[in-house]
Amino acid sequence: MAQRKQLRVGNQWLYAGDAERILRDAIRIREEEEQRHRIEGHVLPWYRRWLFSTDHKVIGLQYGITALCFLLFGFSLMLLMRLQLGWPGHAFKIMKVLGDARAPGGVLLPEAYNQLGAMHGTIMVFMAIVPLAVGAFGNYVVPLQIGAPDMAFPKLNMASYWCYLPGGLIMLGSFALPGGAANSGWTSYPPLSDIATIGQTFWLIGMIFLITSSLLGSVNFIATIIQLRAKGMTFMRLPFFVWAQLVTAFLLLLAFPPLEAAGILQLMDRVAGTSFFLPSGLVVSGTPLHNAGGGNPLLWQHLFWFLAHPEVYVLILPAMGIVAEVIANNTRKPLWGYRSMVGAGIFLGFMSFVVWAHHMFLTGMGTVISAFFQTTTMIISIPSVIILSALFISLWGASIRFTTPMLFALAFLPMFGIGGLTGLPLGLATADLHLHDTYYVIGHFHYVVAPGTIFAMFAGIYYWFPKISGRKLNDFWGKVHFWGSFVCINGVFFPMFLQGLAGVSRRLYDGGIQYAHAKAIAEATNPFMSISAFGLLAFQVPFILNFFANVFAALRHKKNVNDNPWQATTIEWAATTSPPLGHGNFAVLPVVQRGPYEYNAPECTTDDYLPQHVELPASAPPPGGGTLPETAVAQREL
Amino acid sequence: MEAHAEAHHDFEIPYTVHARPDTGLYNAKLGIWLFLASEVMLFGALFSSYILLRTSAPTWPRGWEFLNVPLATANTFILIASSVTVVLAWANLRMGNLKWGRIFIALTIACALLFLVNKGFEYHHEFVEHRLPSTNNFMALYFTMTGLHGLHVLGGVIVFLYMLFPGAKMWGTDRARYTNRIEVAGLYWHFVDLVWIFLFPSLYLM
Amino acid sequence: MTEQIIEPKALPAESHAAETHAHHGHSPEEIRKEIRVYLWVFGGLTALTALTVWACYGLKMPVHKAIAIALAIATAKGFLVAGFFMHLLSEKKLIYSILLLTVFFFAVVIWGPLHHWADMIGR
Repeated sequence: MAQRKQLRVGNQWLYAGDAERILRDAIRIREEEEQRHRIEGHVLPWYRRWLFSTDHKVIGLQYGITALCFLLFGFSLMLLMRLQLGWPGHAFKIMKVLGDARAPGGVLLPEAYNQLGAMHGTIMVFMAIVPLAVGAFGNYVVPLQIGAPDMAFPKLNMASYWCYLPGGLIMLGSFALPGGAANSGWTSYPPLSDIATIGQTFWLIGMIFLITSSLLGSVNFIATIIQLRAKGMTFMRLPFFVWAQLVTAFLLLLAFPPLEAAGILQLMDRVAGTSFFLPSGLVVSGTPLHNAGGGNPLLWQHLFWFLAHPEVYVLILPAMGIVAEVIANNTRKPLWGYRSMVGAGIFLGFMSFVVWAHHMFLTGMGTVISAFFQTTTMIISIPSVIILSALFISLWGASIRFTTPMLFALAFLPMFGIGGLTGLPLGLATADLHLHDTYYVIGHFHYVVAPGTIFAMFAGIYYWFPKISGRKLNDFWGKVHFWGSFVCINGVFFPMFLQGLAGVSRRLYDGGIQYAHAKAIAEATNPFMSISAFGLLAFQVPFILNFFANVFAALRHKKNVNDNPWQATTIEWAATTSPPLGHGNFAVLPVVQRGPYEYNAPECTTDDYLPQHVELPASAPPPGGGTLPETAVAQREL
Repeated sequence: MEAHAEAHHDFEIPYTVHARPDTGLYNAKLGIWLFLASEVMLFGALFSSYILLRTSAPTWPRGWEFLNVPLATANTFILIASSVTVVLAWANLRMGNLKWGRIFIALTIACALLFLVNKGFEYHHEFVEHRLPSTNNFMALYFTMTGLHGLHVLGGVIVFLYMLFPGAKMWGTDRARYTNRIEVAGLYWHFVDLVWIFLFPSLYLM
Repeated sequence: MTEQIIEPKALPAESHAAETHAHHGHSPEEIRKEIRVYLWVFGGLTALTALTVWACYGLKMPVHKAIAIALAIATAKGFLVAGFFMHLLSEKKLIYSILLLTVFFFAVVIWGPLHHWADMIGR
């Protein structure tokens, strides 16, 4: 008689089909219990279930929706700026939304351009990308990927979101103030920011809320990843996405507080008349300032960049995490160099704290300190290269599935490569002399964040949408979204390198045409870049429609895929339903047996992947039966 | 089915009271130390600002030229005493003695409030002498750093008031978890004391 | 065929631990010993506070000496509070590592701006 497959379950040997049935029963019973709770009135009122939820999945979605709205708003600010840059001084009907004070007759004023610039940067960095990368993806996926029922501190998680939203609304609300929003750059350098209009005060208050939200969140992430890993989930079996979130959380935890301190000092300067950042003898528009003086504007720069440099690694690490997950899944082989990637990520996080003054090369730095920061900056490029190279090498010999998430993940690689490489001359003081505060810098950082991080965010949305909703986004429109965005985004940002090398300064409301050395290149490139920006807008429309169509279908419980449509090995896919159970995620907590990327492993039998938690039959049962020590539950995919 | 009553374990967050074996910590202990690490960076940035502004200033007053050292010395003693009372509260709770635990928590709150009242007197005296944050950078740092510290003291008072009154109900339902909460709040409180231990000499004695 | 739900006991240590076992030192005698230590530390802190005020303010010490003495005494007091009240002397390795990392970055945030000022062109 043929051997029927047997699995060790608890302290019994069961036939495979029976184990499957028992597990199905467990899930059915859990769902019946949830149903019973609903009927018996244990269900939470709508505002406790959807608004003030402590479930990491709901909070993750709250962060995601809010961040995407802010992303669209920040994108719109950029479109208005690009209208002005492409056709400086031109009257545009759309500019009239800004009101007469900012755009009389539809012509954008320079002061208003500065508001758009400062708020575009602030909103994109602090209200869109980080909340999306960490608050949304981190919150939703990390507990599922480590086998935890929720985050370590669910109420704190809720508090984090409810600090983020008011902070964001304060930032947006500042546009309505007399004098408008903050207009001293996202970097808010004093003395200018100290004497700016009231919008700057709201910026500082908004930042305090946003920073508090991040701090509370980072405590939660670190405690969760360290304490709530399921049995068998050792650190070196964690998906790279979780490692990325762990390092990111440490960056947020330790680098944000100095900016919070600096924000308090600047608030004191603006509201209480102190002179922390105001030097003696300052004259504003011909009138001497009546302040005590003795302050140091560079103190702000140090405290600001002490955060803002680690912040850029906060922007990129979760993105690298997502790309790693998508690449492993769509190459059907393990990541190349997982251990090197983890080590590089940790080293990157550590080094990010000692490079900040490369943003300050032109502040009159002496040679010793300049040499120190140039050295550390060059060193920090090494871990980035290691991670990128490992991801590239992971493609070698792979069976690549060109799904929509994979397209975005693949594009991330060369785009981040360009962004990273263009950072090198900026990290060397001699080259930075020429390139500092030019469009070269803007091109550099947008390449890492826009076709870099944002593409990774899109990869994540297309990849995890089926987990959240039980539906895949439409693949054809996903590819339209990808190709159109890829072409247009390069059209917007590549010419910036040429502009910067020619000496076009940043933050000029007319794009540089007032300067003889910049006029020709600006006139040649700015209209093209602006048209590309509007093309980029056009190609987001298929994504937005695709997204909402599937969201509405999902709300009507119309699933179109099974629980693990990507055939992934990580346990957020393989050990939970799609969507996961409302409370507690797992019907039975998984026990992890192996690393996160066992695709096409020798042990694979019927499928080309082996989920992390599936226990393989170790050996035949001992003759005559017998009790075995307690071990893992075998969970077969349903 | 009695078996699935046990399955509830899997939906509850583990290690809220008992330590995880490999780290030796329960969640809130790790959480509070992480939070305190961020607070070290917050006050560290302020101390860094103080050092930079003072080093680069041509002149800088001695603390006693503007500030009331005896009152602040008394405040230092009061805050240290409150650190003792909170650790005694925790010790008593660990021995199962709710009554003395609550008495010591109340004493901690009393000390903290006394500290704040004294601070209020100090600030008032400075304002009367026309010494405002805008007067010079020494006063600016004094008000900002002690003000932020004072806000942390106030935060601690609010947490302990909660633990003393509504939060004390948890002693009946989950004694170990309540005791842990006092330990964790105590760790925060000791940190507030620690900041003052450095702030007091930095502003008043140097 | 059994109808039992499989229970993997994913949390081995938790359910067996004693109720009051949140800590080391849980017997009343050990706790009373700890209380004695706390009171000694209180005495030490009071004495050091008096010392630092007398040395710097009472003796009107010149600035550089005052800074050195005050910081040294403050460090000693800090050691007592952190080591005994916060139980850092018997804390777990993970906490030490996090704090070590933090102290390093604390030093960096103090050193950076100061060294930059000290090394400016023209100074």
